[in-house]
Amino acid sequence: MNTVTTSRQVLYSIENVKKHYPIKGGIFKTVKSHVKAVDGITLDIFKGETLGVVGESGCGKSTLGRTILGLETATDGVMKFKGDDLSGKTPKQLKPYKREMQMIFQDPYASLNPKQRIGDALEEALIIHTDLEPAGRRSKVNQLLKEVGLKEEHYDRYPHEFSGGQRQRIGIARAISINPSFIVCDEPVSALDVSVQAQVIKLLKDLQEKHELTYMFVSHDLGVVRHLCDRVLVMYLGQMVELAPVAKLYENPTHPYTEALLSAIPRPVVGRKTERIRLQGDLPSPTDPPPGCAFHTRCPLATERCKMERPKWREIEDGHFIACHNK
Amino acid sequence: MAQSILDIENLVTKFKTANGEVSAVRGISFSLKKGETLCIVGESGCGKSITALSIMGLLAGNARSEGSINFNGKNLLNVKHEEMRKIRGNEISMIFQEPMTALNPTFTVGFQLCEPLMIHNKLSKKAAFQKGIELLKQVGIPLPEKRMKQYPHELSGGMRQRVMIAIALACNPSLLIADEPTTALDVTIQAQILDLLNDLKDEFQTSLIMITHDMGVVAEVADRVIVMYAGEIIEEGTAEAIFNTPQHPYTKGLLSSVPNVDDPYFKLNPIPGTLPNLNEQISGCRFHPRCPHAMEKCIQHSPYRTKRTENHAVRCWLQEVEESEYRNYQPTSAV
Repeated sequence: MNTVTTSRQVLYSIENVKKHYPIKGGIFKTVKSHVKAVDGITLDIFKGETLGVVGESGCGKSTLGRTILGLETATDGVMKFKGDDLSGKTPKQLKPYKREMQMIFQDPYASLNPKQRIGDALEEALIIHTDLEPAGRRSKVNQLLKEVGLKEEHYDRYPHEFSGGQRQRIGIARAISINPSFIVCDEPVSALDVSVQAQVIKLLKDLQEKHELTYMFVSHDLGVVRHLCDRVLVMYLGQMVELAPVAKLYENPTHPYTEALLSAIPRPVVGRKTERIRLQGDLPSPTDPPPGCAFHTRCPLATERCKMERPKWREIEDGHFIACHNK
Repeated sequence: MAQSILDIENLVTKFKTANGEVSAVRGISFSLKKGETLCIVGESGCGKSITALSIMGLLAGNARSEGSINFNGKNLLNVKHEEMRKIRGNEISMIFQEPMTALNPTFTVGFQLCEPLMIHNKLSKKAAFQKGIELLKQVGIPLPEKRMKQYPHELSGGMRQRVMIAIALACNPSLLIADEPTTALDVTIQAQILDLLNDLKDEFQTSLIMITHDMGVVAEVADRVIVMYAGEIIEEGTAEAIFNTPQHPYTKGLLSSVPNVDDPYFKLNPIPGTLPNLNEQISGCRFHPRCPHAMEKCIQHSPYRTKRTENHAVRCWLQEVEESEYRNYQPTSAV
């Protein structure tokens, strides 16, 4: 899906969204400091597109996905779904929005209740969000099972009877069961073997075409992201580093972090000896991110200015944004 | 090239389970030369880790290995328990996938690093500590004196994996087995660790068996590659042969299941189905239920090993078909 076929209609718009977790300590459990998991993300998600979110573990990409869905309460920021502001709404008022947004989780072993039959797991969302009769629900579940490549007789089975790939298919069936328009996929294939991974990616693409879904695809696998996404957001320590259409990002990575990330991927080609950009050291702790540009401690281009001043988010080309002083 | 240090012949590893005996490894043979890097690839459950554990003699109590594992002239399957302890960690050592579970959380890094030095090299506590600091420097850990006194939970994932590598290299083993050493790490850290392994290997002339499912990692480090499927070796050859002219449909499938980062027009072509269970009875070629080219013969007979070139062998009936087509083709073209 590398051709941009998306209509530029904004589905979800978030502005300066933050998610800080307090760290408490001492005998009075006073707040000592905060883990800044997501620190100021501004972004429009267009209808029908697949937005990839990439970065190293601990960069806040999963927290961003959960915050957007309302699974975590944002510390700060404005979130507008189809133009309606979601902040300050009561849970009851949020219910119609929740059926529009679903999530596919990373670990297909942990995200299914081991004591619940697959059919019941799939039916649950239908009971809450639709007024279908039991017979109607059953036929809907059977239809869902078929759609994700499972069989009707799987209805009465328990999660342990399925392989990892099949469980992820069940997770996908559950996410699409109430016809949402927006799905956050949090590393949906990283726990799977490569051959199964390819099958699941194919299924996700087919379903997107059929149901006109919008995906936010959180992943650390840059190969999968290139294959599946239209636009890609690169995150580092809770902040936005670069956002660009997929082809631009991979062919012309501009931020030094994106460049390093892309050059670190081992390629399945023998005898290709190009110099890689080496990043020294590890990701700094999100409790105490470095001042100025968060990346300056590992950046090969860092200057004095990077240590003092946080770089502005700016558009360098149509649809291509970065946050860097030196580019 | 140099002589081989490891010769495995017809290795079979079976597990006794409640449902009878199942074979995880079904008669594999390969050899490893000094200073060579061999990658074993395949999906989870194909027997690659069990092969490594069989070499190390670290299998669970209900397992039984047959065949022979010749290491420096000794068959490791016949070696006594006590003697094996002297070989393990000293001449053969292993790097595990999860550095957090492989390190003991209740001992300092220094203690765990000095232990093999004191046991195998009979160093004093002081000398071992000094050697430990040197080793940590070698694997690129900053402030080694401080790290020696820290516990594993105080280190990051990449740092822990470096400690694991330092422990594995402590006694200068001639064979190092790395079981998915970078799977749990981020790509930037993975690149650092792969570079480190390559450098250390060159420096110490260690032979390396690397187990992985990431074809990218294989291309980066391997001299030779073994592809395993359901307990059998289905293709083996030099890294060039496997990547440039893969023969077995499963190898081809593996290569086209991973989206290529550099190719915007990459066509994903997944292998249908999943790996069979260990206790599943499959006649003929064990890949035939998932193979797009399966023929009548594949269902009935297990294919034998065909050598394509000096450094490339495949177990697939398609090879024979191609050969006979080639043979039939020759005379007509001559006329």
